[in-house]
Amino acid sequence: MISSFQKALDSGKFIVTCEVAPPKGINLEKTAHHIDLLKDKVDAMNLTDHQSSVMRYPSLGGALMVKEMGGEPILQMTCRDRNRLALQGDLLFAASRGIHNVLCLTGDSVMLGDHKKAKGVFDLDSSQLLAAIRILEKGKDLGDNELDGSPAFCAGAIVTPEAKPLEPQLIKFEKKIEAGAEFIQTQAVFDLDKFKSFMEYARQFPVKILVGIILLTSAPMARFMNKNIAGVNVPQPLIDEMAQAPKGGAIVKGIEIAGRMIKAIHTEKICDGVHIMAIGKEELVPDIMAAADLTP
Amino acid sequence: MIRSITKPKSKEEIDTLLDGLNRIFIIGCGTCVTLTRTGGAPEVAAMKEALLDSGKLVTGQVVVPVACDNLTSEILNEEMEKIEQADVLLIMTCAFGVQTVSSQLKRMVVPALDTLFIGKETGYGQFNEICTQCGTCIIGETGGICPVTNCHKGLVNGPCGGTNQGKCEIDSNKDCAWTLIYNRLTELGRLDSMRKLQGPRNFLGEPTPGKYEISKS
Repeated sequence: MISSFQKALDSGKFIVTCEVAPPKGINLEKTAHHIDLLKDKVDAMNLTDHQSSVMRYPSLGGALMVKEMGGEPILQMTCRDRNRLALQGDLLFAASRGIHNVLCLTGDSVMLGDHKKAKGVFDLDSSQLLAAIRILEKGKDLGDNELDGSPAFCAGAIVTPEAKPLEPQLIKFEKKIEAGAEFIQTQAVFDLDKFKSFMEYARQFPVKILVGIILLTSAPMARFMNKNIAGVNVPQPLIDEMAQAPKGGAIVKGIEIAGRMIKAIHTEKICDGVHIMAIGKEELVPDIMAAADLTP
Repeated sequence: MIRSITKPKSKEEIDTLLDGLNRIFIIGCGTCVTLTRTGGAPEVAAMKEALLDSGKLVTGQVVVPVACDNLTSEILNEEMEKIEQADVLLIMTCAFGVQTVSSQLKRMVVPALDTLFIGKETGYGQFNEICTQCGTCIIGETGGICPVTNCHKGLVNGPCGGTNQGKCEIDSNKDCAWTLIYNRLTELGRLDSMRKLQGPRNFLGEPTPGKYEISKS
């Protein structure tokens, strides 16, 4: 079973993915609206998995929604909340319901979220989850038992191109590829020169790289990310540009900046595609794509 | 030397645990909790004052040399008259000491401390966790630094994406274990061992509750 996202990756076209966050609760209207708006415009959409350790409707449920609505889901799976039995079981369920793209993440600490006293599991890590997927595909589980019907996945992972120090992250990046990652969605990138030097290194590996682009919504938001999110560095000129936007025009400026960056990455063929993170403003993804001269 | 590292429970929690128990005998320890200043002679004296202030009756107090030692019962036997006058033993030792006293005297005990970890003093008044006694030691491949203990997530394949400038995502005062390991392996010229993809951890080193017998063969 080759997913349409896998086909898009193999086609060599410039890939566009975005994020959809399942709701806090069972009111699925906004999520359904975002899926409906984006399903024919992007190659696939990521369903976040209790992002930032905040308990929400599960990524598996969101991925099923996307599938049922005719879109292409990328199921995000973290290792924070499930042991190896639960992770493998959810992978089998996903495959049985036509969900064939998985993004493997270690997951944030529960201490960063809204259930700080919960037990963080981390029975596996992101590279071991990737390896588990490849084992399931061969008809076995992690206990070396035979499966009755084996799944198939297009598996991916993440990397932080601006991590400090960088080399330990790159060693992990290489292990993820060794474990079976076919695509990489990066942490948010704002400095294209630094990203180009990362790509010069990353090009040697047989993996598709989708650059992470976060929509800036205000100068304080950019400063907040610089202070609080590891590996995210919004350069001062971009913060100044956001600060100088006319009153009420910050979002428009953010869309312009994101569009400009994506367009440069696309036209200069810096990497294989873009992963747009509009964090709660998914309805603006088409505007960002338009600003980047990307047609669905 | 390894130490049992403790911190005091809140006054509110101790008050709740002592609710309805008015005659109290206090036990401290001359070893780890003296080092951490949580259950040595000064802390026991301060606890006595606090209990008296809140209207409790303190039948006596003692700081035993090593609470978790089997000899503790002999020392406590010398205090038995005052202990028998008490409704409860308020024990200002780590949980090893509390459980030792509890099993020796079979009396009602209330711990005054929370036992945080087994660690060592790494600077004046600073204590770091070193080993979680997982039963499947992997530090032969990590430059002698334990990621199971020192990485918040116990990761064995390198850092997570939350590490920042060599610090942990949960606390910028805590070192990222994988930055330490990376630096150590670089110094040793053994970075290749970090490149090795490690399989899932064996969590069955010794299933809790741990029990071990020297082979009789």
